[in-house]
Amino acid sequence: MEPVNPAIEVKPDALPLRVPSVPSNKRSLFLKRLNRSKYLLILFLPCFIYYVLFKYLPMFGLVISFKDYNLFKGVWASPWVGLKYYKMFFESPDFLKLFRNTFLLGVSTVIFGFPVPVILALCLNEVKNLFFKRFVQTVSYVPHFISNVVVIGMVVMFLSPTTGIVAHFVKLLGWQPVNLLVQPAWFRPIYVLADIWQHAGWGSIIFLAALTAIDPQLYEAAAIDGATRWKQLWNVTIPGIMPAMVIMLILNIGHIIDIGFEKVYLLMNPATYDTGDIFSTFVYRMGLTLGNYSYGTAVDLFTGVVSLIFIYAANYAGRKVSETSLW
Amino acid sequence: MKRKWSLSRLLIGLFLLCIAVATLYPFLYMISVSLSSDVYVIKNEISLLPKGLNFNAYSVVLHDDRIWTSYRNTILYVVVGAPLSLLITAAGAYALSKKEMVFHKLLTLMIVFTMFFNGGMIPTFLIVKSFGLVDSFWSMIIPSAISTWNLIIMRTFFLGLPKELEESGKLDGLTEIGIFARIVLPLSAASLATIGLFYAVGIWNNFYSALLYLRNDQLYPLQVVLRNIVMASQMVLNGGSNVGDNQVLDEPLKYATIIVSTVPILLVYPFLQKYFVKGALIGSVKG
Repeated sequence: MEPVNPAIEVKPDALPLRVPSVPSNKRSLFLKRLNRSKYLLILFLPCFIYYVLFKYLPMFGLVISFKDYNLFKGVWASPWVGLKYYKMFFESPDFLKLFRNTFLLGVSTVIFGFPVPVILALCLNEVKNLFFKRFVQTVSYVPHFISNVVVIGMVVMFLSPTTGIVAHFVKLLGWQPVNLLVQPAWFRPIYVLADIWQHAGWGSIIFLAALTAIDPQLYEAAAIDGATRWKQLWNVTIPGIMPAMVIMLILNIGHIIDIGFEKVYLLMNPATYDTGDIFSTFVYRMGLTLGNYSYGTAVDLFTGVVSLIFIYAANYAGRKVSETSLW
Repeated sequence: MKRKWSLSRLLIGLFLLCIAVATLYPFLYMISVSLSSDVYVIKNEISLLPKGLNFNAYSVVLHDDRIWTSYRNTILYVVVGAPLSLLITAAGAYALSKKEMVFHKLLTLMIVFTMFFNGGMIPTFLIVKSFGLVDSFWSMIIPSAISTWNLIIMRTFFLGLPKELEESGKLDGLTEIGIFARIVLPLSAASLATIGLFYAVGIWNNFYSALLYLRNDQLYPLQVVLRNIVMASQMVLNGGSNVGDNQVLDEPLKYATIIVSTVPILLVYPFLQKYFVKGALIGSVKG
């Protein structure tokens, strides 16, 4: 980390003085900038290599969805088949089922999962007892750091009809416990509840930060004008955290199709494929378990394009409706 | 008016209390079952406190080789992976925070674009495989080495550092690498700790990479063994014990396994919470 060759960097501010006097062409100017940036570029190099190898190379790998990929022939030698696998996918009965499952699971996660952190933050903001507020915050962030395996493991065990805690309370109420884990209709509610339990507390941080940024004078002014607490909530608080809400909503909508693989994979069992099977779990089964790499990749690319459309549309809507957007 | 106001305060307090209970109760329940004796577990009689207190489940879990091997593996992955990820991320983020760097816009765009589009599971798997990383120690570290989110948080943090510090480094004849190593890093200890912890937790909890890239059970991280133990007999109503011998019932064993694998996170969490929150907030300033 010693300064290797300080001579090159002697007068960093000499360049702007020289530029007007010397009618240098663009190329030498660029080389100068390149030379001055070289240490920064060296710092960036490991990062660059990582992104090229593990993010961009796979994007070129998507080409195998148009080929009959053979593990032994490799990407280039495998024969082209055009849209064969796309046709196969769109014509298969799986397609509609997967699209419906992915979309409904994603949408219900957003609809039920999005308001909870907002409400939690609004409630926490009303609490005047700092100790109690800290306590609730600290506790509610914990599940965010618990692994998906543990969360789903807990769900599965709690719902066991023989020894689960849910069955325990159901029996206390005088009902007969049933195994919800094998009932397709229960897959989505269980998933969404687990997701809320895991992330709602952590999600409230951003809204709490937005709430503390609201100017207290706005509340005073509203109170002088005779606004009740409810009116203050609707006319001061909600508009104050609106930008944060729109940004988070855009990000959430972007993930509707690209929904997390791990939890669905872990929670699903053959009895709940009807509602639980989504694009990513299908890709895993098709591609990695059954070895249909090209078919799996076709579904991969389809999923990627649809999520890109989703996030673009959400961003566009955000800009039109509330003038807040990611870009 | 005044009375109604305090009633709503009361309701809010109760609601938040319910949230706290709903978060904590599952953990208390798991601890209780893992400490209870089989008779009460079979009859499903435990709701809050352990009945027939004993440590049999823990003694079985702690004598299981799979748990020890995977525990050691996970610790190794974290100890090697988190510092490596942190170093690459910090260096890259520092470079990205310098607007005068050539290709600054292009490289930033290159990074951000991967948040919205990626090559997908299969092509990534094939690339990782072609590098010979499948079934190797490094498959748990290298393919997920950088989190774009963490990189952007780190960059936002570096953008907020005062320029004067670096000017003084330049006057002393340091290159950017020297400034980064000698001035910027020592001043960023808290943020580095935050991002390092995000990485550590991420690696500790990583199930995905192991599911995709690992076949050799000697390399399995804790999460895979945990999944195999806890979920294995999910569909079997009367499955025998998965861990050790059959003297102890399934449920206490499974809960004990969950507790043993989660305890490190639960123990360090209270002390690190403020760093985690700080990290989340830096990220939210410029999403």
